[in-house]
Amino acid sequence: MELLLRINGAERRFVPPLTVAGLVGKLGVEGKRIAIERNGEIVPRSRYGEVELADGDRLEVVVAVGGG
Amino acid sequence: MDDRLVIAGKAYGSRLLVGTGKYRDFEETRLAIEASGAEIVTVAIRRVNIGQNAGEPSLLEAIPPSRYTILPNTAGCYTAEDAVRTLRLARELLDGHSLVKLEVLGDTETLFPNMPETLAAAKTLVAEGFQVMVYCSDDPILARQLEEIGCVAVMPLASLIGSGMGILNPWNLQIIRDRAKVPVLVDAGIGTASDAAVAMELGCDGVLMNTAIAKARDPVRMGRAMKLAVEAGREAWLAGRMDRKPYKASASSPTEGLIGRTA
Repeated sequence: MELLLRINGAERRFVPPLTVAGLVGKLGVEGKRIAIERNGEIVPRSRYGEVELADGDRLEVVVAVGGG
Repeated sequence: MDDRLVIAGKAYGSRLLVGTGKYRDFEETRLAIEASGAEIVTVAIRRVNIGQNAGEPSLLEAIPPSRYTILPNTAGCYTAEDAVRTLRLARELLDGHSLVKLEVLGDTETLFPNMPETLAAAKTLVAEGFQVMVYCSDDPILARQLEEIGCVAVMPLASLIGSGMGILNPWNLQIIRDRAKVPVLVDAGIGTASDAAVAMELGCDGVLMNTAIAKARDPVRMGRAMKLAVEAGREAWLAGRMDRKPYKASASSPTEGLIGRTA
């Protein structure tokens, strides 16, 4: 069993089960001010612990950067 | 005298809005923005670099949301859909903050706005409760349509983004300004302090710029110059300039009592 996720356009494999909170830890972005979209829908920060990722999920993980 | 810029019901002391792109580092960003006196500061939303820079400082540490009103933008978006998705992410990133800068580009060379996509995105965002400040072409009809949709500020370009070409069509900006009931901010194309002053002298409510400060030889000093220019231009607008009298000189000193003449 494995979990194939497309994160920021690149495929990555994980061992299920994995929640969004778990993924945030594995990506090394915990504590950062980020936002996550899963299959086109926002995942509220308050729900990271309960949302379980499914095989084939498409995720966008973003931060604020300099811009005009 | 209370002369504050009111956007979506909130009052700001500074009429200069600044971007955070193109600086050498976050320290320069912080110092230049401090010198500019800006209270509203734009940021872009981008994919996080996974596996890199784990301990690297973030922009929002240099420009903390506790001190500045952060205005997330949709720079780089070419469709209404991408712009809307980006701002939904931004709202989540900024704890539900709904003031945003919408820009939907139409062309990678000129970065001119794609106005049909901009209008479509504005409709969706307003319906979802966003307070939309919108980058647009300097077309008075489109500006009016954006206002009718419910945008909280319209932001026509002075000239191409990042070009520093200054205000190319002051007449259109004035028409937009004279007809709008929401604040009109000149966004994009400002090159130097006089451009910002002219925008304010036209009666615009504010100016948004990034490159003019970030790419000056001394960005911190230019930040201060822009602050003074926006203030000077605003004061001149409020003071009301003298009438232009083409080809009609009028001496400021008395024409009587000159020496060496017969009384």
